[in-house]
Amino acid sequence: MIRFDRVSKRYPPGVDALSDLSFELDDGQMLLVGGHSGAGKSTLLKLIAGVENATSGAVLVGGQNLGSLSRSALPYYRRRIGMVFQDQKLLFDRNAYDNVMLPLSISGFPAREAANRVRAALDKVGLGKREKALPIMLSGGEQQRLAIARAVVSRPDLLLADEPTAHLDAQTAADVARILVEFNQVGVTVLVATYAHELFPGARRLQLDHGRLRT
Amino acid sequence: MKAWLAHHGQSFALAWRRLTATPVNSILSLVAVGIALALPAGGQMLLSGARELAGNATATPQISVFMAIATERGRTNEIGSRLEKHAGVRQARFLAREETLSRMKSNPGLREVIDALSANPFPDAFVVSARDEAPEAMDKLAVEFRKWPGVEHVQLDSAWVRRLDALLRLGRTGLLLLAGLLGGGLIAITFSITRMQVLTQRAEIEVSRLLGATEAFIRRPFLYLGLLLGLGGGAVAWLLVAGATIWLRAPLAELAGLYDLNLTLRPLGLVDSILLLACAGSLGWLGAAFSLRQNHGQS
Ligand SMILES: Nc1ncnc2c1ncn2[C@@H]1O[C@H](COP(=O)(O)OP(=O)(O)O)[C@@H](O)[C@H]1O
Ligand SMILES: [Mg+2]
Repeated sequence: MIRFDRVSKRYPPGVDALSDLSFELDDGQMLLVGGHSGAGKSTLLKLIAGVENATSGAVLVGGQNLGSLSRSALPYYRRRIGMVFQDQKLLFDRNAYDNVMLPLSISGFPAREAANRVRAALDKVGLGKREKALPIMLSGGEQQRLAIARAVVSRPDLLLADEPTAHLDAQTAADVARILVEFNQVGVTVLVATYAHELFPGARRLQLDHGRLRT
Repeated sequence: MKAWLAHHGQSFALAWRRLTATPVNSILSLVAVGIALALPAGGQMLLSGARELAGNATATPQISVFMAIATERGRTNEIGSRLEKHAGVRQARFLAREETLSRMKSNPGLREVIDALSANPFPDAFVVSARDEAPEAMDKLAVEFRKWPGVEHVQLDSAWVRRLDALLRLGRTGLLLLAGLLGGGLIAITFSITRMQVLTQRAEIEVSRLLGATEAFIRRPFLYLGLLLGLGGGAVAWLLVAGATIWLRAPLAELAGLYDLNLTLRPLGLVDSILLLACAGSLGWLGAAFSLRQNHGQS
C-alpha cells in the first residue's frame, strides 16, 4: 500500500525533516510512527497525504508515485485518504454535522446518501447526539473524535492520524485509540504518529530520530 | 448533469449564505454598486429620450423661404415656379400670408396681438424639402435662395436639430466614458469585497484544499458572490432610474409642452435593461475573478 524509497525532505531554508527514509506498509496494516518532537512524524504523514512533496526519493501509495502526480490530480488523490491533523483543523463557524459533511460536499456526494454517511460517522465516534454542537462546545476528546469522523466519512482505505491522543486524559486517549484500532480491524490501513504506543498494543512501530529511521 | 447542477446550486447557496451573513455590509455594497451603475444607466435613458426627439425632427429637414412683406403675388409666384424647377428641390409648399394669418389667429393668445395690428405681419413663404438632405447640400441651397430677388429670409429648420445631434454625439461619448469609469468602479468594489471574503473564509479554504477540493470548487462561490453583487447592484440601478423617471416625468412634460415638443421619459427598455443586468453581472464576476487571481494563490 505504502512504500518510501530513500525519501528525504528538506524544508527551506535547510531543515532536514526526513533523511533517506525507506519502509513499506501493506494493505490493512497498522503502523505507529514514534519519535521525539521534531523527529519528522508530521512530515512523514504529510508526504503520504500529498500535502508536502519529497525533496528526493519516491513515495508510492497504492502503486502511485506521488512525485509524478499532476497538480490537477492531487485533489482527487487527497479525497481517497482520511487525515486527522495534528491541529485538527475543524471549522469553528459550523456545527459537528456540517464539519463532517464537508468532505462529502467537496467530492460531490449525493445529498441523501451523504446525510446518512455523516450520521453513521458521528455515531461511530460516539457523537451521534452532538451533531448540532459547535466545535467550541465540545471537549478536547470530542473534538478529536469529530476530526476522526470527518477523516473517515468518505470511507477511505487509508487513515492517517497525527498525534490524535496528545493533550487528552488517559481515559479519553484510550477511547480515541480504540476507535482507530477498530477502523484498522475492519480493513482500513492506519498510520498513527504518536508517543503513546502503549495505547496500541501489538501494532508495528517505526521510530524516527532526527528524520532518520532508528533500528 | 444532476451532480453538476447540485454542485453549482451548492456553490450558489454558499455565496448567498455569505452575502446574507453580513446583511448591512451587503446592502451597502449593493447600494454602492447600484449608484455607480445608475449614473450611466440614467444617462442612457435621457439620451434615448433626446435621440427620439431629434429623430422626430430630423425626419424632414426643411428650408423655409420667406418673401419680403411687400412683395407682389406675381413676383412670389415666379419664385415658386423657380423653386419647383430647381434641380435640388424635391418639393416646395406655398404658404400664403393670409393662410398663415388665420392659422396664427386660431391661437387665442396670439389673436389679440394680431388684431391689434393694422396689417398682416406675416410674409408669403415656401417650405422647401431638398432632394439631398445632407447638411452641406441644404446649406448650399439656402445660400442660393437668399440671393433671389424678393427673398428676405431663408431659414434652415434643421440647424437646431444638427446642433442637438452634435450634442447627442458628445453626450454618447461622455456616457461611454462614464460607463467605463464606473464599470471600473464596480470591478474595484467586487474586487475588494471578494478579497475580504477570501480573508474571512481562509480557514475553510485551507481545510477544503486539504480535504481534496479543486481550485474551481473553491473559487466558484466567490465568483457567484461577485455575480450576485453585480446583478443585485444592476437591479438597484434599474430601480433608481425607474424612480427618477417617474419623479421627473411630470415636470419634464410641462417643460416640453412649453416648447411644443413631445418628450416623455420612459424607464429603461427591455434591451437596455437586459444589457444593464448582463454588464453588471459580468463586471461583478470579473472583479471577483481578478481578486481571486491576486489574493488567493495556490496552496
Ligand atoms: N513547514 C515547515 N517549514 C520549515 N520547517 C519545518 C516545517 N514543518 C516542519 N519543519 C521542521 O521539520 C522538522 C520535523 O518537523 P515535524 O515533521 O513537524 O516533526 P514532528 O511532527 O515529529 O514533531 C522540525 O525541525 C520542524 O521544525
Ligand atoms: Mg508533529
